[in-house]
Amino acid sequence: MTTLRPLSLMVNGETLTCFAEPRETLADLLRRGLELTGTHTGCEMGVCGACLVMLDGAPVHACLLFAVQAEGSAIETIEGLTAKTAIADLQCAFHDRNALQCGFCTPGMLVTAQALLARNPQPSRAEIRDALSGNYCRCTGYEAIVDAIETVARRRAAGEVAAAFAEEPA
Amino acid sequence: MKARAFSYFRPATITEALTVFAVAGGEASYIAGGQSLVPALALRLQAPERLVDIAHIDALRGISLEDGWLRLGALTRHVEAHDDPLIAAHAPLLALAAPHVAHPAIRNRGTLGGSVALADPASEFPAMMLAMGAEMEIAGTEGTRRVPADSFFLDLYQTALEPGELLVAFHIPAAGPEHRCAFDELARRRGDYAIVGCGTMLTMSGAETSSARIAFLAVGATPVRARAAEASLVGRRLDSETIRSAQAALAEDLDPPDDEQVPAAMRLHLARVLLGRLLGSLAEAA
Ligand SMILES: Cc1cc2nc3c(=O)[nH]c(=O)nc-3n(C[C@H](O)[C@H](O)[C@H](O)COP(=O)(O)OP(=O)(O)OC[C@H]3O[C@@H](n4cnc5c(N)ncnc54)[C@H](O)[C@@H]3O)c2cc1C
Ligand code: FES
Ligand code: FES
Repeated sequence: MTTLRPLSLMVNGETLTCFAEPRETLADLLRRGLELTGTHTGCEMGVCGACLVMLDGAPVHACLLFAVQAEGSAIETIEGLTAKTAIADLQCAFHDRNALQCGFCTPGMLVTAQALLARNPQPSRAEIRDALSGNYCRCTGYEAIVDAIETVARRRAAGEVAAAFAEEPA
Repeated sequence: MKARAFSYFRPATITEALTVFAVAGGEASYIAGGQSLVPALALRLQAPERLVDIAHIDALRGISLEDGWLRLGALTRHVEAHDDPLIAAHAPLLALAAPHVAHPAIRNRGTLGGSVALADPASEFPAMMLAMGAEMEIAGTEGTRRVPADSFFLDLYQTALEPGELLVAFHIPAAGPEHRCAFDELARRRGDYAIVGCGTMLTMSGAETSSARIAFLAVGATPVRARAAEASLVGRRLDSETIRSAQAALAEDLDPPDDEQVPAAMRLHLARVLLGRLLGSLAEAA
């Protein structure tokens, strides 16, 4: 019963047509089929948050979605967010504040942070922590991550744009 | 772990979904948001041959207010319970509970229908349906019917839904200014399943409570209404003596199970603490 289904998805702004087994998760399709390995898989049961991607503009777990369910949707991965420099300021602040060590959790942290700031541009530390409740980091602890997100919220409120922090400004 | 192979269907209408399910002869599962089902498939706790994706059926969507009833389509997402102004105004218990359900990304996908059909006794939304006196609209091959929340939750993960039936919508008596609602839960960390949780909805006439509905989660095999506690509030002012009698009445209402981490007596104690806080906050808001 390993029938492949044709599938049409918008990934990082490009429309793709591919084939997937129905039981293949979006995380596996992105990583294996499309070689977008910035979407990490840790627990594969919705607990760790390493696999977060944007689905039609909202963060969702790529491990909790079969690729066939995403047929017709627009997906943005950490690669896409990076390429369009939408999160360059967050990446820079995470780097400056040592908010990552091994980096395994970082793509998910950045997706959560980006969605939080879109919804609530000036969150309190408690609100940042609450938003991160589904993102596990086993290295740094959360203090530095909260600091980095708080810094970016302040910078964006002061009118600084994300792209200005890109290594090679777009 | 990866899910066992299955075939995938994406019907556009309720009738089509019921048929596609029926043809599979018991080997199918509906999938809505997938936030409980996908992990269950990945862990191979379930292995249906056919997945019927109901997420694209328009008749299962929508939030509307008509003749004093709020109708929520089964596909209403957790995040909408959190954000929607009609829900905040007329089903405030859902809005109050939503921030406690899982984490933001799960709330973007999870649906009220999925949560209530699953009927995890530790889940917030099923208990709130009970507290609000919601009615479940159910479609089957024989037609549609409406089942009140009081007779919907039968046993652990068991509801009035027959195999193959679809939860279509919730019909909730719209709350108004005469209602006072409060929700809270005790959990080790935000987003974790609660040790105990409670939603309370009082109808006030002047300073007196004219009717009360109180429902607890995580205290047994199903969400539980605290009928003795409710009765102890009716016809009385919401003062500290009344609140104490409602807390005492919980001994009649709740018979929580013993588990290794939380003995039954501790859970009953925590339920009393929680009810005291909720009623106290409603008394203050008066
Ligand atoms: C890490 C994590 C933490 C969580 N924490 C919480 C929490 O704190 N509190 C809580 O309440 N929940 C929690 N959940 C569960 C979450 O709320 C689920 O989204 C919800 O329980 C199911 O909704 P769904 O739409 O995703 O359903 P699905 O997973 O798609 O389906 C669940 C079940 O319901 C059936 N079903 C779905 N829709 C219908 C319908 N319309 N008619 C008939 N049957 C239907 C499916 O066949 C399946 O058996 C958590 C989940 C995860 C992964
Ligand atoms: S891999 Fe998806 S949440 Fe852990
Ligand atoms: S940096 Fe290693 S898990 Fe977060």
